[in-house]
Amino acid sequence: MIKQLTASAIVALGLATGAAQAAGAGGEVHDTAFSFEGPFGKYDKEQLRRGLKVYTEVCAACHGLRYVPLRTLSDKGGPEYTEDEVRAYAAENFTIYDPELDDDRARVPADFFPTVSGEGMGPDLSLMAKARAGFHGPAGTGINQLVKGMGGAEYIASFLTAFNGKEQEVAGQYLNGNDVFPGGWTSMPPQLEDGSVEFDDGHNNSAHHLAEDVAAFLMWTAEPKMMARKQAGFISVLMLVLLTSLLYLTNKKLWAPHKGKKFDA
Amino acid sequence: MSGIPHDHYEPKSGFEKWLDERLPIVGLAYGTLMIPTPKNLNWWWIWGIVLAFCLVMQIVTGIILVMHYTPHVDLAFASVEHIMRNVNGGHMIRYIHMNGASLFFLAVYIHIFRGLFYGSYKAPREITWIVGMIIYLLMMATGFMGYVLPWGQMSFWGATVITGLFGAIPFIGEPLQTFLLGGPAVDNATLNRFFSLHYLLPFVIAALVAVHIWAFHTTGNNNPTGVEVRRGSKEEAKKDTLPFWPYFVIKDLFALGLILIGFFAIVGFMPNYLGHPDNYIEANALATPAHIVPEWYFLPFYAILRAFTADVWVVQLVSFLTGGIIDAKFFGVLAMFGAIIVMALAPWLDTSSVRSGQYRPAFKWWYRLLLIDFVVLMWVGARDTNFPHDWISLIGSTYWFAYFLVILPLLGLFEKPSTPPATIEEDFNAHYPGAAE
Repeated sequence: MIKQLTASAIVALGLATGAAQAAGAGGEVHDTAFSFEGPFGKYDKEQLRRGLKVYTEVCAACHGLRYVPLRTLSDKGGPEYTEDEVRAYAAENFTIYDPELDDDRARVPADFFPTVSGEGMGPDLSLMAKARAGFHGPAGTGINQLVKGMGGAEYIASFLTAFNGKEQEVAGQYLNGNDVFPGGWTSMPPQLEDGSVEFDDGHNNSAHHLAEDVAAFLMWTAEPKMMARKQAGFISVLMLVLLTSLLYLTNKKLWAPHKGKKFDA
Repeated sequence: MSGIPHDHYEPKSGFEKWLDERLPIVGLAYGTLMIPTPKNLNWWWIWGIVLAFCLVMQIVTGIILVMHYTPHVDLAFASVEHIMRNVNGGHMIRYIHMNGASLFFLAVYIHIFRGLFYGSYKAPREITWIVGMIIYLLMMATGFMGYVLPWGQMSFWGATVITGLFGAIPFIGEPLQTFLLGGPAVDNATLNRFFSLHYLLPFVIAALVAVHIWAFHTTGNNNPTGVEVRRGSKEEAKKDTLPFWPYFVIKDLFALGLILIGFFAIVGFMPNYLGHPDNYIEANALATPAHIVPEWYFLPFYAILRAFTADVWVVQLVSFLTGGIIDAKFFGVLAMFGAIIVMALAPWLDTSSVRSGQYRPAFKWWYRLLLIDFVVLMWVGARDTNFPHDWISLIGSTYWFAYFLVILPLLGLFEKPSTPPATIEEDFNAHYPGAAE
């Protein structure tokens, strides 16, 4: 009986993914084994730091991260910089208009990453890794989210390296061919090349690696509490398994005399 | 009160007597908790507790979310991100609330289909059934309005499409839609009234749940055999029943525990599994998403809504007969609401003298087909409307109506049901041979 119940629940949930499937993006998104995938996956602090560098030196010119407070760069489960490092990073890279000074001042950790908008600027990237789904397998059920995530980071990494060199002008706008972008043409020009960004520790900086690093960083900006969430989920499941086991035994003992069964425990 | 003879609360101490004469609240609680319950209830009878739990969980998490949420078009999306990032435990509260809606609907669908199989809707439980259907409708309204609150792309465009349905009503449609939205389009006024109603309706649901429980505590629970509890004497009734506490409370809590293991695994490990990526993009009235797809729990009825296009002959006939007043769009709206209305009318459409589907050989197959039909409609509701999806949804919708309007009435006349056991005790003892001694 319980088996039937469980099976029906799984079937119903499987069906539900129809909604997710319909959001398919165009092109081919290749799977990347990110460290944060799966129920026990964790962000790789070093990768997040490299990704932040790529964002700061390349993406930040046209894309904001308006929902991300700078102070969270020192949060546990993130890039985990010290507070002093965050203060220095904020001051070095971003300014903000201060109405009291009637002038721009350097940003402090209590500020957010900048909001970037206007002519030629790109969309905000705070949530991009959750706003795109790279894949919905197997067979459209989307169940692989459990082990691979929803593929938003994969989408970003693939997109950044999928420019095919084609260009066209439509109504005064220059479009660039991209094999992953839905429709095949994006107004964003290709950005990452091998060696676009240098790392202090000499880490591999091929375009492919840079794209993966910044994709991992953007997964963190989209879901900064992921590690805390997985831990809470794991502990909840563990406690519930314990509670349910006790309830199972209680139930068995309670009903045994009425079912004419023996219960020894 | 309950027609099943059972022990009543007897106030013993002086204070209990004093209170009972003024407010018999202890007696009410006792009577509710100790209600004689058919002892042969199977595991499909646990979903009521799951539903009660869901309602409480959604209200508690919802109240906490409201403490941090801002219902304004410029701030709503950002305030949800504030909850996800800055509020202590906010990400868990929000993900529990979000996925809690899905658990709520999963449970209500299983609960409804359990009732449809075991004939729980039949006399004398029609009121329980009708109240349940009203609760289900209110759940859909609440779920829909809640989905609008994060003010993502799917929130905005879902609201635009669904409120557009009311615009399809002839003559009063347009003013009605404007009235519902608080303006010509989905905007701040819409968000504010949806927020207000999303907070209100769960309490209306809670009140109706009390009525729902009151109704079936009056008639007694149905059970897998559909045979009524013997009511001749207390002794006789005791052979068929066990008190709700502790026997069914513990059993139901055990089942709830199992279900919550799966629920928290989803919340913890894949909380966006049932969501739509587009809802992580802030609402933008100028950019329509490529596919506007409702939440999974609306999909079967969304498929019925879309099935009746202008090229279907029934639609053309109705349109001709009504002089164009009922066009394809309005027909779809009528079909969608009609699909729920025919379900609500099941007590009067089912003519069989036997209550439980277990003893109805032909019914069993039509019922299974209805289950498959529901699943297929859910699947096709998320697809585009090109061939063959248009045909699948049309056939699926037709079967849905045929089941309630044709098959249920006719089966009762032609089917030869087998004989249910004479008593619940007999059924129970057949399952547990040791129990007879």
